[in-house]
Amino acid sequence: MARVLMKGNEAIAEAALRAGAEGYFCYPITPQSEVAEYLSKRMPELGKVFLQGESEVAVSNMLFGAASTGKRVFTTSSSPGISLMQEAISYMAGAQLPVVIVNIMRGGPGLGGILPAQSDYFQATKGGGHGDYRTLVLAPSTVQEAVDLMMLAFHLADKYTNPVMMIGDGMIGQMMEAVEFPEDYKEPPLPPKDWAATGAKDRKPRIIKSLFLDPLELENNCWILDKKYERMKREEVRFELYKVNAKNKILIAAYGTTARICETAIDELESEGVSVGLFRPVTLFPFPEKQMNKEARKKNIQAVLTVEMSTAQMMEDVERAVLGAKPVKFFGRTGGVVPSPDEVKQQVRRLIKQKPDSAGRTKRN
Amino acid sequence: MNLTNSEASIFTRPQALQETVTHYCPGCTHGVIHRLVAEVLDELGVRERTVGIAPVGCSVLAYNYLNCDFLEAAHGRAPAFATGFKRLRPDMIVFTYQGDGDLASIGTNEIIHAANRGEKFTTVFVNNAVYGMTGGQMAPTTMPGQVTTTCPMGRDVANVGYPLRVAEMLAALVTPSYIERVAVHTPQHIIQAKRAMRKAFTYQKENRCFSLVEVLSTCPTNWGQTPGEAIQWLNDTMIPYYPLRCFKEPDKPEGA
Repeated sequence: MARVLMKGNEAIAEAALRAGAEGYFCYPITPQSEVAEYLSKRMPELGKVFLQGESEVAVSNMLFGAASTGKRVFTTSSSPGISLMQEAISYMAGAQLPVVIVNIMRGGPGLGGILPAQSDYFQATKGGGHGDYRTLVLAPSTVQEAVDLMMLAFHLADKYTNPVMMIGDGMIGQMMEAVEFPEDYKEPPLPPKDWAATGAKDRKPRIIKSLFLDPLELENNCWILDKKYERMKREEVRFELYKVNAKNKILIAAYGTTARICETAIDELESEGVSVGLFRPVTLFPFPEKQMNKEARKKNIQAVLTVEMSTAQMMEDVERAVLGAKPVKFFGRTGGVVPSPDEVKQQVRRLIKQKPDSAGRTKRN
Repeated sequence: MNLTNSEASIFTRPQALQETVTHYCPGCTHGVIHRLVAEVLDELGVRERTVGIAPVGCSVLAYNYLNCDFLEAAHGRAPAFATGFKRLRPDMIVFTYQGDGDLASIGTNEIIHAANRGEKFTTVFVNNAVYGMTGGQMAPTTMPGQVTTTCPMGRDVANVGYPLRVAEMLAALVTPSYIERVAVHTPQHIIQAKRAMRKAFTYQKENRCFSLVEVLSTCPTNWGQTPGEAIQWLNDTMIPYYPLRCFKEPDKPEGA
């Protein structure tokens, strides 16, 4: 297929259809409502299920019911809506159901604002809902990558029978870029859906539940889930390096739109004779710990600079990855403010002037 | 039991009911209601394409008794859950089985909107005027003056309002549906309840409308009564406030 110019939200919607999504449930919220608007036309045309629910609480539980059929289903929302969905996400993780949830993040906490942010990092990667579970979290930095990861998300959800989240800041949803959809999309084989509720014909009834009143049974379920998360850590870590080389003085850690801003800063710094590399996690859970540690340990790296559109959330994972090998510094803008390349450059220059072992965070300016 | 040729079994366990020991309290009518659902699934021949959705409450373990695929929803969310399932599998028979804490309190939003969208599933709504599983707290359906663990002086309507009449509330929606309230405290009422249940599932089978049967039920344990007293209390206190009748049918929007 030729390249087409598409808005991020619409591209995400189309990608889900290309990946075989059969059902979509939604509740309007800025800045991602274009996904629903696009699908409200496309899905009925294709004979697929589109439904606008009465709340995100209902929508996520519709998703829970729909996923029990074994068909590919998904929802999209933005930060406050995703908070309301945490109940069902916890249940679906406990009941081991594959679903895809997209969070086009806006500034918070509370009602916050409607402009791009990355401040749901903790919510996405550290649970969000109650109980011993994780969601696999993918973070695109371009509209094309949003398309590719959206399609991958359905595969990973089926592979692990676990909710998969794709988180993009509002910029990813609202920006228009050229994208290409795969011509002949094929996936590696997946396990049979022998858990789906299809009617107890010539077999025993199937039960889909997250309730285990016997603590030993519940503990067992938690360890089954944990085993999957450990497998994700072994098999699903994804990241990208940009201009990482032996001349780098600073290693920047950033994801999503922020990583692209950092790339611009890195290009400009390079032309000014300052060498900086970028480590961009693509999976936020599992976090590329070992890989980041390896890059941070390299002799030429004086410090790691975490750049976020949030207040030092990913930084905690970066610190955990770097394990004290190098100082980890932070620069961020939040609340819907997007950092500029100039701001990033200023932080890098300041950092290079400092003694390598100086402690503390570098807050905005 | 072995029967001779001249004998015929006239009462057996429905196929849709599993052979197991009940966890429900003595005098609780959940068992009767489970059986009615099972009989209807058998009679309509739909057990093998039915999925039940359990609530949070005493009947959270309904899947231990009914012999069909069963899914366990979050508290109050069974109607949203059922919506998602049925939309993806309109060829299947879907029912939710919910108590009054589940449906009439935490899940009011979900049941109203599912009914208003005209979702083609059936809800069996068991109203026993109290939170059973958590130990007898006040429900939206608790009767005026009724003593519970969270209204030890009796429900004060000046403070917390009057009991919610779910069947009447849902029947007020414009969207066509089948809504009936029944009870299961006497054999005659059980027969009526069965008729309503069968009608509800038939409307679904014919893909006609949303259907809900509200079943007045007893909870001797949390009412602090004997099973006999509970039946009397249901009859004397609940039925005058919760009248037993069909409130709405698709062909008769004004009610029967």
